[in-house]
Amino acid sequence: MAQSMIPLTHFLVIGAILFSVSVAGIFLNRKNMLIILMCIELMLLAVNINFIAFSHFNQDMGGQVFVFFILTVAAAEAAIGLAILVVLFRNRGTINVQELDEMKG
Amino acid sequence: MDSVMNFALATPEMFLLAATCFILLLDVFLGEKCRTIGYIAALGALLTTVFLVVSSYGADKTEAFNGMFVSDNMSVVLKTSVLLIVMGIFVYARPYLIDRKIFKGEFYSLSLFATLGMLIMISANTMLVIYLGLELLSLSLYALVAFRRDDGRGSEAAMKYFVLGAIASGMLLYGMSILYGLSGSIDLKGVASYVASQDIMSNLVLLFGLTFIIVGLGFKFGVAPFHMWVPDVYQGSPTPITMFLGSAPKLAAFAMTMRLLVSGMEFGSMGWQQMLIPLAVLSLVVGNIAAIAQTNIKRMLAYSTISHMGFVLLGILGASEPGYSAAMFYVITYAITALGGFAIIIILSHSGVEAENLDDLRGLNDRHPWYAFMMLLFMFSMAGVPPLVGFYAKLAILQSVVQAGFVWLAVLAVVMSVVGAFYYLRAVKLMYFDKPIQDELLRMGTGFNALLTTNGFLVIALGLFPGFLMALCVEAIRVSL
Repeated sequence: MAQSMIPLTHFLVIGAILFSVSVAGIFLNRKNMLIILMCIELMLLAVNINFIAFSHFNQDMGGQVFVFFILTVAAAEAAIGLAILVVLFRNRGTINVQELDEMKG
Repeated sequence: MDSVMNFALATPEMFLLAATCFILLLDVFLGEKCRTIGYIAALGALLTTVFLVVSSYGADKTEAFNGMFVSDNMSVVLKTSVLLIVMGIFVYARPYLIDRKIFKGEFYSLSLFATLGMLIMISANTMLVIYLGLELLSLSLYALVAFRRDDGRGSEAAMKYFVLGAIASGMLLYGMSILYGLSGSIDLKGVASYVASQDIMSNLVLLFGLTFIIVGLGFKFGVAPFHMWVPDVYQGSPTPITMFLGSAPKLAAFAMTMRLLVSGMEFGSMGWQQMLIPLAVLSLVVGNIAAIAQTNIKRMLAYSTISHMGFVLLGILGASEPGYSAAMFYVITYAITALGGFAIIIILSHSGVEAENLDDLRGLNDRHPWYAFMMLLFMFSMAGVPPLVGFYAKLAILQSVVQAGFVWLAVLAVVMSVVGAFYYLRAVKLMYFDKPIQDELLRMGTGFNALLTTNGFLVIALGLFPGFLMALCVEAIRVSL
């Protein structure tokens, strides 16, 4: 079925690239906690691209429903993440990743 | 296929949701003085849910909501255990919360939402429902870890937990998206029939997706090498939350693993077996060796949890029914034992100061012989000393591992258990043979003491007569698969 001019692989490649960028962003970033939160969002969006692409090419609605739920959960996750970040900033006065090292061992 | 919605099957979940919302609202109208009403309401809600769950025991495996939701004996046994454990946590947590002036309604509503998430995870039959249950659990837990909002360590722990938990969810989702793409269905049955038609060892895309799923599961279980968050989060959270994190969610993680790997990919067991072996080996080694170096008791128990989860994986990776039921037995009894261990830490940190260091255990026998004896039971059970339950649980796992043909894994597990016995025995030595460094009176309420004694008694009774619970687990696994 020639549903689209763009083949499935292209979607998957961009999904994989976005996913890798987000993982790299989380592990390479040594400064700002906010960037980590952004990377987490990016990670979920990368997964969404995969789901949408598969849903389209498999002709199955399940994947699109999944994406709606992921988007909703991502919003809730961002809310909790930012709330924790605010609490952290109030207690520590910093959101620098490297300074989150009170507990070790 | 049954297209009926069959709402009745999800009665316990629906009741718990309604009750939780009610308790959330009740808290708004109750003053600071009447918090106990919310506490009793929360216990009542959980108890009613237990009855609702148990009443459906023995029925055949039934599906509801177009196959999204499943109820079988495994879900009944695991849900009952989760609910009873959460009730125990509520009773144990109360003096700590009152003492720290954080005896708030939010604790109960968040914990109840987390419990609801666990129930949903346990009954999930599609990848979507697994994900939603998991997130309901995790999001509530992130908030609970940061519950003492003026505590720098708590918020640091919450941030670490949040970031790593979110990465884990992302990994799991990525794996799920690959599985969905291959099988064309978010339903675990669809995935299962796809996997059955494939040779997993030569299907690289399937293995690629499976790897992400395993990484996600590993994070949620807290097994090495995905264990970085466990010690920090255990140390930073308030002790009742640590108790929560270290007990009930492990059962839910076990159920999630069973649903994803066994219901969904049983025919791919060749693939996930080989991925689980390094996780189990690393957890056993890292957990037991790193625990020796700890001076903080919560961190020590965190590393101990890692090693115990390694044991659970050993049971699962045998990919046989005896292995699954041994793992189920192990995870339930470990949760019971861990509950008691953390209860002792709550007792020790009673009067304002946080008991965190192993030194706080010194001379516990002189201060309160009964508490010391209870702690002795929990430590011995975790170390696997007969006749306590930890011994039988380990034995069942080892048997299944040997049956599956991994004798070297069994030998390694035994060796690492011996290494692990060192730090459990050190705790016992501190309690019985050292002089106390503080002598303030340890006194808890009647309910707390009664529960602690029951908890200790359970550890002995299940060790002497494991047959009943083991039969439940075997039956649950047999009917559910």
